[in-house]
Amino acid sequence: MTANGEKRATGKVAYVNARLLDPASELDAPGGLLTVGEAIAEFGPRLFAGGQFEVGIPDDAQVIDCKGACLAPGLIDIRVQLRDPGEEHKETIQSRSRAAAAGGVTAMVCLPNTDPPIDDVSVLEFIARRAREVKLVKVYAYGALTRGLEGREITEIGLMAEAGALGFTDGVKATTDATVMRRALSYASAFGKPIIQHPEEPSLAAGGEMNEGEIAMRLGLKGIPAVAETIMVERDLRLVELTGGRYHAAHLSTAGAIQRIREAKADGLPVTCDTAPHYFALNEMAVGDYRTFAKVSPPLRAEVDRRAVVEGIKDGTIDVIASDHAPQDQDSKRLPFTQAEFGVVGLETLLPISLELVHNAHMSLIEVLARLTCRPADLLGLRSGRLAKGGPADLVLFDPDRPWRIEDGELNSKSKNSAFDGRPVQGRVLRTVVDGRTVYTLDG
Amino acid sequence: MSVAPAPSDGTWFPLKNLLGIEGLSPDEITLLLDLSETYVEQNRRPDKKQSVLRGRTLINLFFETSTRTRTSFELAGKRLGGDVINISVSDSAIKKGETLMDTAMTLNAMHADVLVVRHPFSGGVALLAQKVNCAVINAGDGSHEHPTQALLDALTIRRRKGRLAGLTVAICGDVMHSRVARSNIHLLNTMGARVRIVAPPTLVPAQANRLGVEVFTEMEPGIADCDIVMMLRLQSERMSGSFVPSVREYFHFWGLDYEKLRAAKAEALIMHPGPMNRGVEIDSEVADDVGRSLIHEQVEMGVAVRMACLETLVGQLPSLDGTEGNAAQ
Repeated sequence: MTANGEKRATGKVAYVNARLLDPASELDAPGGLLTVGEAIAEFGPRLFAGGQFEVGIPDDAQVIDCKGACLAPGLIDIRVQLRDPGEEHKETIQSRSRAAAAGGVTAMVCLPNTDPPIDDVSVLEFIARRAREVKLVKVYAYGALTRGLEGREITEIGLMAEAGALGFTDGVKATTDATVMRRALSYASAFGKPIIQHPEEPSLAAGGEMNEGEIAMRLGLKGIPAVAETIMVERDLRLVELTGGRYHAAHLSTAGAIQRIREAKADGLPVTCDTAPHYFALNEMAVGDYRTFAKVSPPLRAEVDRRAVVEGIKDGTIDVIASDHAPQDQDSKRLPFTQAEFGVVGLETLLPISLELVHNAHMSLIEVLARLTCRPADLLGLRSGRLAKGGPADLVLFDPDRPWRIEDGELNSKSKNSAFDGRPVQGRVLRTVVDGRTVYTLDG
Repeated sequence: MSVAPAPSDGTWFPLKNLLGIEGLSPDEITLLLDLSETYVEQNRRPDKKQSVLRGRTLINLFFETSTRTRTSFELAGKRLGGDVINISVSDSAIKKGETLMDTAMTLNAMHADVLVVRHPFSGGVALLAQKVNCAVINAGDGSHEHPTQALLDALTIRRRKGRLAGLTVAICGDVMHSRVARSNIHLLNTMGARVRIVAPPTLVPAQANRLGVEVFTEMEPGIADCDIVMMLRLQSERMSGSFVPSVREYFHFWGLDYEKLRAAKAEALIMHPGPMNRGVEIDSEVADDVGRSLIHEQVEMGVAVRMACLETLVGQLPSLDGTEGNAAQ
């Protein structure tokens, strides 16, 4: 870790000998990049290329030799759970920001399920201030959709949107009341903000612990049927049709729901969705011998659903891959499966697990990166997520092939509940840059 | 449009009752406004008393509380020389379980000449009108119509701007629950004005564009280049559940203050049917701006318009000496 607590970047940094990747413009070529202060000043295949450069390396620039590694826009993680304020023993803005930086994530968007919840402008401003103080990665937030996340009265969506909320959601709770969802979609449309749904019909999921099916049956665990997700997505799509409001379904895990979104997009509805790495990298088998680190909401599904998630990412039905980072401490996970909390940490494993889609030859590197950079940026109206002259210098330098093993103990997150502990992966973040400042280097 | 001058006995008006603006022709509206105009002048004279309603009984039957509309009708009836009785819901038999139909039959048996009725449910006044022989004026039914309000608004605008046709009028706020908005939209469209509604998406009724209005969800573009900005009261009492998150958010985005008003024409005038929620849909400074706010003038026009409506409908009734009236029974 370097540069922690450093003031805003003012100098020039020249990244030479890089493989430039910009999914927004589909650029994938050797080249260089120059940052001046907080912005990208210049980049291109011929920049700083030995002998025939258009612009030479400025004398006063710090030079970073990328040694052929990939230089791409920093990752934008649009679904991260904040435990601060309220549950600081699980994660603080500081520890989470360090985890993000180590994962190549330069901007993250937090759910409003803090304590107190982010349901008015003052809590939103509190979180923005804490993030500024920590000064590592960019921290954005969604506003609560309903007061106290109780699902009844919509919050001050307009005032929170003006104060910087990127969208509105009840976090890990589904917005179940159809009239509330209708009004929310309708009302938020005046401010151009999406409504983000945790798509699960709670009356079907109540008391459930893992995916409903043979494994749950053998383990004697109460199942959550896949249709709990499909039904909620189907209902919401009808309301989108009625209101014209922008709708985003979070962490899709089932073939049924993905197919419904695919059809809705074909019909021209303003809908988007994301999934998390564990829904395409794991299936319900991971629960194995009551492994509570594989207890997530929605649950890990059947193999047929996992394949549908991969297909959805490939064909663009699924717009974004987000970590759904949900820190839980030992006291919440070292419990009988039934009593353990849902959730896994994911900021530091977002990139290597997503790169499995490349290494398994499902998609190209640039296609996978698009779902981690420019797509989430476009969805939430952020300027980062792309290489652009004058744009923010939020960058990740990574080696897409370097092998390593994920070890819980080495994670920066305060909570170590990774579903991928011990997994050998390929692809390592070497350096993370936010607004021109290096906030992480691997050899630190 | 060329219109023959209205005969003073009201024989030109085709209806027995005034239940709504929807369906009235431009001629009929124009004649009602012209007749109202004569009363504006008379009401400003020291001697306001007329005898058009002498010997007639007017009953104000209000199933919903009202101060300004009821008083306005009462004054109108008295200035025309009629006998006026007010019945409000709190001291009527409704509280004792009498149905709307029973009330209608009871009042009918008392041989009133004109019933002025306000009812909390849309269609309530029309239902009552089917059961009585007297003329009925709708003083507001649910979220449906409030025809005399639209007429008085039109009269106010016409006196200030000299016309209705071609003006751009923005009706802003709680359109969903507003009978004032519906009656005004019908009237202004009929008279050739351009009507916009400006409201949070949750307070725009479904299919509102079918009324022939342009729908806006933001104030500045909604009132841009408007001649008239008509604010509506946020009707919390008709709302179940949250249509808007809070009063402060509502005021911030949809409350009329000088800053938002800059988008309208420099000579744009402000209207509000009352009662106002100051600091909710309208800023006090704007509401009290004597140069631009027509709110008090609307109240004055109200009495004149109601006198004209009473005169017109009474003209349809059988005359006091027993000869037939002109009402289409």
